[in-house]
Amino acid sequence: MSVKEATKTAPAPVRATPEPPRPAKRNRAWDEAPRWQIYLPLGIYLLFTLVPFYWILLFSLRPAGSTSLVPWPMTFDHFEKVWTDRSFGTYFTNSVLVGVATLIMTTLVALAGGYALARFDFKVKRAFMLALLCSQFVPGALLLVPLFEIFAELQMINSLGSVILAETVFQLPLSMILISNFIKNVPYTLEEAAWVDGCNRMTAFRIVVLPLLRPGLIAVGSFAFVHSWNHFLFALMFLNNQDKQTIPVGLNSLMSADSVDLGALAAGGIIAAVPVVIVFAFIQKWLITGFSAGAVKG
Amino acid sequence: MAQAAAVAKPPAPPRRRRASATPRRLPYLLIAPAALLMLGFIAYPVISVFYYSLQNYNPTKPWRNGYAGFDNFVHAFTKDPVFWDTLVFSAKWVVVEVGLQLLFGLALALIVNQTFVGRGLGRALVFSPWAVSGVLTSAIWVLLYNSQTGITRYLADMGIGSYGTSWLSDTSTVFPAAVVADLWRGVPFFAILILADLQSVSRDLYEAAEVDGASRIKQFWHITLPHLKDAIILSTLLRAVWEFNNVDLLYTLTGGGPAGETTTLPLYIANTSVDAHNFGYASALTTVAFVILLFCSMVYLRLSKFGGEK
Repeated sequence: MSVKEATKTAPAPVRATPEPPRPAKRNRAWDEAPRWQIYLPLGIYLLFTLVPFYWILLFSLRPAGSTSLVPWPMTFDHFEKVWTDRSFGTYFTNSVLVGVATLIMTTLVALAGGYALARFDFKVKRAFMLALLCSQFVPGALLLVPLFEIFAELQMINSLGSVILAETVFQLPLSMILISNFIKNVPYTLEEAAWVDGCNRMTAFRIVVLPLLRPGLIAVGSFAFVHSWNHFLFALMFLNNQDKQTIPVGLNSLMSADSVDLGALAAGGIIAAVPVVIVFAFIQKWLITGFSAGAVKG
Repeated sequence: MAQAAAVAKPPAPPRRRRASATPRRLPYLLIAPAALLMLGFIAYPVISVFYYSLQNYNPTKPWRNGYAGFDNFVHAFTKDPVFWDTLVFSAKWVVVEVGLQLLFGLALALIVNQTFVGRGLGRALVFSPWAVSGVLTSAIWVLLYNSQTGITRYLADMGIGSYGTSWLSDTSTVFPAAVVADLWRGVPFFAILILADLQSVSRDLYEAAEVDGASRIKQFWHITLPHLKDAIILSTLLRAVWEFNNVDLLYTLTGGGPAGETTTLPLYIANTSVDAHNFGYASALTTVAFVILLFCSMVYLRLSKFGGEK
C-alpha cells in the first residue's frame, strides 16, 4: 500500500477541516444583511463596472464626430474598417491560434505534472515545488531579451510558435499547482478500486479521475486561453510581421497612432473582448467552484 | 514502493527495459515536459540575465561590449536618478493598488456572497472586467479620459475637473487616473479569490455564533476574517508581485509619462532594453528588481507568519 502512503505524505492543505454539506435552505435570520446593504453598494459598484463598457460600446457604434450619449443612428463602419483596413481579421485568427494552442499545451503538460505532484512522492519533488513557487516571481516582461535570443536561435522569431511556447511556459507553474490540488481532492481509493477491477493506471485515470477533474480543467484551460489572448509583450517582441500580430498588439498600434481614431479603437476593443466575454459567460459557475476546490492555497 | 525508493534509495539506475514506465520512473516522466520547458524558457533566461548584468551589451554599439563588472549596478545606484524615481513610483503604485484592491475586493466578495435576487447576473457583471486585458483596459480608459469626447467632458459640465484637459497628460491627475483604471480590472480578481474562499467557511460556526448572540460585525471579525487570512495573504502577495511586474497597462495607457511620472521599474527596464537596446544595463536593473521582489516577499511572508506553525 505504498501508494497510499505516498498520498498521505503529500503536503496537507492549509486547513484540513472538511467542508460540511451545506444546508439546503438558508436561514435568513443569521447570515443575511438587510437588502439595502446589498443592493446599494452593489449598484454603485455596478455603475463603476459598466460605464466603461458602455462607453466603448457607444464609441464603436456611433458615427465619428457624434457626441450623442446613445449610439443612434447606429453604424458598423468602425467594425468594418478595423476588421479589414486595420487587419483585425488577421489578428483575430492569430490570437485564436495562439489561445487555443496555449490552452491545449498548458492543460496537457500541467495535467501530467500535476498528477505526478499529487500522487507520488519522488526525489526532486520538493525542489520542483520550490521552483514552481519561485517562478511566480519571475516577471515575463523582464526576460524579453534572453527569450528573444533563444527564439532567434531556434529560428522562431516571427512565428506564432514562439509566442505559444512563451505563454505556455509562463502559465505552467500556476496551472500545475492548481491541477495537482484538484487531483488531491479526488480520493485515491477510487483509482485503486479501478485497478482492482483490472484497469491499468492510464485507463483508471481516464475513466475515474478525469471526469471529476472537469471543473478544474475548465478553470485552468480557460485561464490559459484568456491570458494568452490578452497578453501583449511577447507578441509585440517576437512577432514583427504585421500578418503575424495578435489583437493586443493591434489595439496598441491603434492607440499610439498619431491621430487616434477613437471609433476604430473602440471597435477594436470590442473585437478583443468578445471571445473572452463568451468564455467567461460559459465558465463563470465552474470557475468559482473550481477555485474553491483547488484554490491557490498552496 | 514508490515512496520507499524516494526516501531511502538513490534513484534507480535507468533500465533498458522497453516496457511501459514503472511507477518508479513514472513521476519523473510526468514532470519531464514541464521541467524541460521551465528550464529552457525560465531558468536559462534568468541565468543569462544575471550574466548580462555584468556585461556591457548593446547590439547597436558592439564596439563597447564586454565584461563590465559591477559598473551597471554602480551606475544605477549612484548616477541614474531615473532609477530611483522608478523605484519610488513602483512602491507607491503597488501599495496603493494592492491596498485599494484588497479593501474593495473584500467588500465586493462579502456582498456577492449573500443570497439576493439576481445574484448570478450580478456576479457575472461585477466580475466581468477581470477578463479584460491590460491593453483593452487602457483602450477603454483612453476613451473615457479623452479630453474632447471622453466622460471627463461630461464631468466638467458637472463641475468635476475642467474642460479640455486630459487626465492622462497632466502630472497632477495621471496617478489617480491610472490607479482607477487598474482598479476597475483588479478589484474583481481579488473579489473572486476571496469569494472562492468565503464559500468554504463552515456555516455551523455562524449558527453557533448566532446562538451565542454575536453581532454580524463580531461574526465577521472573529469567524470570517480569520478564515480568510491565508487566502488574503497569498492573494495579496501574488497581486503585489503581479502589479509590480505588469507592464501592459501603464505601457499602453501612459507610456510611463507624462515626464516619467508613471514609470515603474519594469517599465523602465522594458524601455531600456526594447527601445534603447541597452541590454546590459537593463539586465542589471532586472537583477535589482528580482532581489527587491524576493526580499519583499520573504519579509511579507515572515511578518504574516504564513504557514509558520505547520
